[in-house]
Amino acid sequence: MRDQILAILTDLVDGVDFETCTTLIDDGELSSLDVIQLIGALNDEFDISVPATEIIPENFNSVAAMEAMVARLMEE
Amino acid sequence: MKTLVLDYLERTAARLPDKTAFAGVDDSATFAQLLRLSRAAGSALLPYVAPRTVIGFYMDKSVAALAGFFGAVYAGCAYAPLNLRHPPARVLSILKTLDSPVVVTDRAHAPQLEAMDVPCKILILEELLAHTVSPEDERALSRVRAGMLDVDPLYVNFTSGSTGTPKGVVVAHRSVVDFILCFTEIFSITERDVLANQAPFDFDVCVKDIYSGIMTGASVQIIPTAYFMNPTRLMDFICERRATVLVWAVSALCFLTTMNALQYRKPDTLRMIMFSGEVMPVKHLNQLRAQLPEVTYVNLYGPTEITCNCTYYVVDREFEPGQTLPIGIPFPNERIFLLTEQGREARPGETGELLVSGTAVTMGYYKDAERTAAAFTQNPLNGAYLEPVYRTGDLVRLTEAGEMVYVSRKDFQIKHMGHRIELGEIETALCAVPGVSRACCLYLHEKGKILAFTCGRADKRQITAALRDTLPAYMIPNVFMQVDAMPLNKNGKIDRAALSALYENAHEKEVRHG
Repeated sequence: MRDQILAILTDLVDGVDFETCTTLIDDGELSSLDVIQLIGALNDEFDISVPATEIIPENFNSVAAMEAMVARLMEE
Repeated sequence: MKTLVLDYLERTAARLPDKTAFAGVDDSATFAQLLRLSRAAGSALLPYVAPRTVIGFYMDKSVAALAGFFGAVYAGCAYAPLNLRHPPARVLSILKTLDSPVVVTDRAHAPQLEAMDVPCKILILEELLAHTVSPEDERALSRVRAGMLDVDPLYVNFTSGSTGTPKGVVVAHRSVVDFILCFTEIFSITERDVLANQAPFDFDVCVKDIYSGIMTGASVQIIPTAYFMNPTRLMDFICERRATVLVWAVSALCFLTTMNALQYRKPDTLRMIMFSGEVMPVKHLNQLRAQLPEVTYVNLYGPTEITCNCTYYVVDREFEPGQTLPIGIPFPNERIFLLTEQGREARPGETGELLVSGTAVTMGYYKDAERTAAAFTQNPLNGAYLEPVYRTGDLVRLTEAGEMVYVSRKDFQIKHMGHRIELGEIETALCAVPGVSRACCLYLHEKGKILAFTCGRADKRQITAALRDTLPAYMIPNVFMQVDAMPLNKNGKIDRAALSALYENAHEKEVRHG
């Protein structure tokens, strides 16, 4: 799953160290347009529908956070 | 006679002095306060600028920024909002074009601007707004005011130019007064309305928010840009501020649906949602209509060059994915016509380039006579007297029912295997295929191939099978590429150049490895 998320992210934005960055939103590495596209891609890739309440900076600041969120949503 | 936007600001401030004009998350101004701040900033600017200078404003959207804009207008000048997130090279290029002795920023962003080594004096907004207006200042403001005309520039809006240098569209007072009077009347916008502003101020969608407020006394609630990454805060803001009208970009509305924002919270005060900027995907519109069935939806069409929009369509029926929303009928006091390649007006069933005539036609591109002359011309059908028109470059079809439907840009028309094809038509068909959420087509002229980019799960085989039901064989794309998301440009529209590069890269690899 981590690799799939990384692939989506690197497709989206060039030149960000997604492997280690834990402030993707806080430091503006991902713009609002990026986040829209990211969520669309996550929904498609994992067959989930990220609810509005999950769309908070903490869930998108790092790949690990995204992975945890996706795993949680796939279980539901 | 009220000819300037300032006349309307003063009328509203006299009528509703204590009503909220603009508010952000933790700032707000009544109409009386806005008027006072604007005159303060205007007085402070007067020593620096000659009338009809265009002053750049480098700052985020805020109540203070608006007071600064109107300050520029009180100084007899026009304002040009600059985007903080644009690369410095672009900001400098715009400032060079404006060639104004000053640029205005706020304290927070002064260091950023100083680091760019701008070619003019930097003034600080907070200091301009804190200026005390003396009796002498009052006289100076009156002198400037007496010399102002409604054909003087009010704002300059920079849009991307195909050559790479931004084009500054010059919009005069009279165009905004004319358009907003029609706009607010048609959509019954009054002082009881609350508009929730989405658009950044360098994007002309915001003109409808700002001047609907100024001219009717409606309140404008400014949504912070950051909320468009946080749907729960966004919905809380819209609900708590009791918004009644949204005038948003299509991409921002798609944010609401993609983010499931309305499942979280529905604003029960909303009565109207208007959208513009690109063709609204029917899938997203239908999701909105299912969530908010009581709301009136309006499709607005038109480029910045004719002052916001020139046609509107109030959604009055159901649409299936794959169908295209009409752009509707002209706003009053605008003449819209479709010019065919043969140089005559299109008849029902025909497609032509949309041309616009009227007071809403703007004053061209700032200090760019060449590109102005190419797009702003004499009405080719009028050989009798001066009638400037704007040629939109948009191809529009007149249906048998008399509705206008956007087809594509003039330059996206292709000739393929002897057939004339609009790429927009293929894109619409692609979007109707189950498992395709967005689509964009390019034409490979050298290879004579149609290239389709799609988002979603459907693969080439599924897509072509579905397209055979909707398109003639010669319109079915030859090459398919699946992408996770469409690359977007700064205005949130699909970036065709980036798609083209994506194809070139993939193709090169194929050649090397294959």
